[in-house]
Amino acid sequence: MSVEDNKAQPDKAAETRSDKPDKAPAKPKKAPGKAVKKKDPVELYELSVSNAPHLKGKAKTSKIMIAVCAALVPALVGSVLFQGWRSLVLVIIAAVSAVVFEALIQLLTKRKLTIADGSAALTGVLLAFNLPYGVPWWLPVVGSFAAIAIAKQAFGGLGYNLFNPALVGRAILLASWPVHMTTWDTVPKLANLSGTTIDALSSATPLAVMKHSAAVLAEPGLYDPGAVSQASEAVSQLTGPLGIGKLALGQVGGCIGETSALLLLFGALILIMIGVVDWRIPLSYLGAIFVFTAIFGGVTTPDGTYHFTGLFHLMAGGAMLGALFMATDMVTTPVTKGGRIIFGIGAGLLAAIIRLWGGYPEGVSYSILLMNAATPLIDRYTTPKFFGSRRAKEAANA
Amino acid sequence: MTRFVEVIARRDCKSFFTSGMEICRRRVKSRPSLRGDLTATGQRGCGSGRVVAKSTAFRYQKHEPPGAPWRARQPEDGMALTFKGGIHPPEFKHFTEDKALVEARRPGLVVIPLAQHIGAPAKPVVGKGDTLKAGQLLGEPGGFVSAAVHSPVAGKVLKIADHPHAMGGLKPAVIIEPAEDGGDGEWELMEPIAEPGRVEPEKLVERIRAAGIVGMGGATFPTSVKVVPPKGHEFDTVILNGAECEPFLTCDHRLMLERGEKIVRGLEILLQITGARNGVIAIEANKPDAVAHLKELTKDSARISVVKCKVKYPQGAEKQLIKAVTGREVPVGGLPFAVNVLVQNVGTAYAIAEAIYEGKPLVERALTLTGPLVSEPKNLWVRLGTPVSELLEQCGGLKGEAARFIMGGPMMGMAQHRFDLPVAKGTSGLLFLPPPPPEAFTEGPCLRCGKCVDICPMNLVPCDAALYSRAGNLDEAERYGAADCIECGSCSFVCPAKRHLVQSIKLLKPSVLKRRAERARAAK
Repeated sequence: MSVEDNKAQPDKAAETRSDKPDKAPAKPKKAPGKAVKKKDPVELYELSVSNAPHLKGKAKTSKIMIAVCAALVPALVGSVLFQGWRSLVLVIIAAVSAVVFEALIQLLTKRKLTIADGSAALTGVLLAFNLPYGVPWWLPVVGSFAAIAIAKQAFGGLGYNLFNPALVGRAILLASWPVHMTTWDTVPKLANLSGTTIDALSSATPLAVMKHSAAVLAEPGLYDPGAVSQASEAVSQLTGPLGIGKLALGQVGGCIGETSALLLLFGALILIMIGVVDWRIPLSYLGAIFVFTAIFGGVTTPDGTYHFTGLFHLMAGGAMLGALFMATDMVTTPVTKGGRIIFGIGAGLLAAIIRLWGGYPEGVSYSILLMNAATPLIDRYTTPKFFGSRRAKEAANA
Repeated sequence: MTRFVEVIARRDCKSFFTSGMEICRRRVKSRPSLRGDLTATGQRGCGSGRVVAKSTAFRYQKHEPPGAPWRARQPEDGMALTFKGGIHPPEFKHFTEDKALVEARRPGLVVIPLAQHIGAPAKPVVGKGDTLKAGQLLGEPGGFVSAAVHSPVAGKVLKIADHPHAMGGLKPAVIIEPAEDGGDGEWELMEPIAEPGRVEPEKLVERIRAAGIVGMGGATFPTSVKVVPPKGHEFDTVILNGAECEPFLTCDHRLMLERGEKIVRGLEILLQITGARNGVIAIEANKPDAVAHLKELTKDSARISVVKCKVKYPQGAEKQLIKAVTGREVPVGGLPFAVNVLVQNVGTAYAIAEAIYEGKPLVERALTLTGPLVSEPKNLWVRLGTPVSELLEQCGGLKGEAARFIMGGPMMGMAQHRFDLPVAKGTSGLLFLPPPPPEAFTEGPCLRCGKCVDICPMNLVPCDAALYSRAGNLDEAERYGAADCIECGSCSFVCPAKRHLVQSIKLLKPSVLKRRAERARAAK
């Protein structure tokens, strides 16, 4: 990219180390006078010259990546508690392989090694969070390759990728190994924890149960009464306080990182508080999902009860993980404040639409990927009004 | 979100009179401070104007006539005035904020550059070998936008020659050898104007020009030009800038504390010259003693108020200060006179008072010599033209081997590579910092995190403006704000990838501005 080529120019301004004694002969003779004849203290020092500002903040790319990784730890702990040690192993495999692939590609293409910035490791962790508990060990490795090699490095590395690498990895895995990616029946602990009808359906995620049940209840005449009653019971369980509570805590089937909404929220709130993550995208994303599913996602059971699903859709599936950690990926989301809100609302609407009427039970990852593609456009059309431009317009009109 | 609310509020005010009234009433109820203001102006509700005021800024009436009764919000509100955006760099004021101004020793050699201001350099009126009195004119203004220079000491002109200049390169300077006798004997002063209230404003402006006074906050724009608005404009407010938002610097703080009387008198003169009805001294909230002191001094004045501004960089930037104090936004590409405001540094007001009441030209100034590497950081009262090396000696020299030497503050000052540079009219600080960590210069890729966009006090998109500036793309750079950048450096400060954002924008800004000016000319 031309940006890289031109980098040398400002560097010249920024880093000119000048050793005073060396430079002195090149300069014209200093002003005569007794002060000059005295030993000038200038001779003692070597001065670095750079362009202002001379103070820099403490923020650092690697610190951001580490902070995000740390914020994911509570959710990972939750996953280990609720699902088992396998989730930790998968996360480590994904993270290590992502770092290794990044290093390999950068060595092969003779570019600067940047694995120390932590972005590759974070991509690996996020990818693993998007995998079901029972996937074979090689799946995260393949996913990491897709994420790092295809989605990130092929576009130019950190900062230049158009799509969220972890989600591209997940999308490729979902397209290539749909069985592995949608099999949830190997979660050993959940059977014991959930003592409800969800038990009978523990081979599927709550979202799949909801989608299936909603489809059954929409046209109950087509199904046998047993299926209908099971569906209506599932819906009332899932949208009832017990179901929402279990979803929030994480005692349900799902991807490694999707289990506990509360633990994800806890980590993300800390990130928002320390200023690593902007609140606009998570809030607008979750808000859009909530509002949209609250309006259009209600399910009525045969006994006439209306079940409100707004809260269920917030807690279930990847909504929290997506809103808090995937849609807030800096590189692939807008830089402007207004743009972030547009991004969040757009992605939230897409996710809700896919969930309610799409072919998949879950639409979070595709919603974010689709909005990623729109990010440059959003950035371009949400350029903030410069200080004084409103006033200038008024003056021109007057 | 706040912006969103603000937009709604404004729309309401404009198109729905009643809802606008309602919003105003709620504002008035929730903040007793504004009630006072609104009744003071006789404007209840906002049917005829608009409320742009957000949480902190003062309301701005679109059709407010210049000179209308107007008061800045008072710090009793408990809230400091502020603008949108900005950063909070570490202050580092503790090195010198408690140290009184010390008169620096008489220099052993004086170098007076003929160009210490924006505009044409001064034309020398003395020659080699001339004997000088302290205060004697050395160079007269070289044009309309220019300033005179005077000798700060009695002595002899060694020569008029090129000398290293703080802005880089060699510039002509008058080099003076001070007289040996240790004193300056009789000063050559202009005739004092004891009662400026009875003098024509033109005469006062002429005196300011004769005294060689320029903006002493660092911009060094000739004050005599700035105080006279272009035809069709007039000032209704004069703001004295005592924000001193640059980290490390404390000389304005000390000047306000120790010589506040003259600052207030300078402001009164400015009010008289401009005919403005309101004088405001704006001080950042981290100088409560200065706020209290100046309040005490101005408590009898009906026209002058002292306000407290939020501690935030760049609070002292002209447009941001106007926004914070009056709520008015200087239009893009415009100057403060467009919103009827004149901003002057407190040091400039002091110099004006001296020039009028004592007839003394601008030959001395306060500056802060500081930094973690300086043995005894000090606030100094120095004569212009004193070489930095002499001042450094008086502060005990440096601790440590390698350093950065910056003239001005750490955010906008210029790094220098030699110590024989003279103190000039715009030198507010001499800063000695440890060598930069090596990673300070290694850029990472832009993460598009938007931090720079969030904090830009001008509401620009620094990351993209920098990108296109480097690519030399004038159109796109201007689209993202390269022409409107105030070069405060906040973006480079917050960037986690340590990108050279403001530095890159500075590269292309002159070309973008030039093109904008050409376009404006073509349009006429």
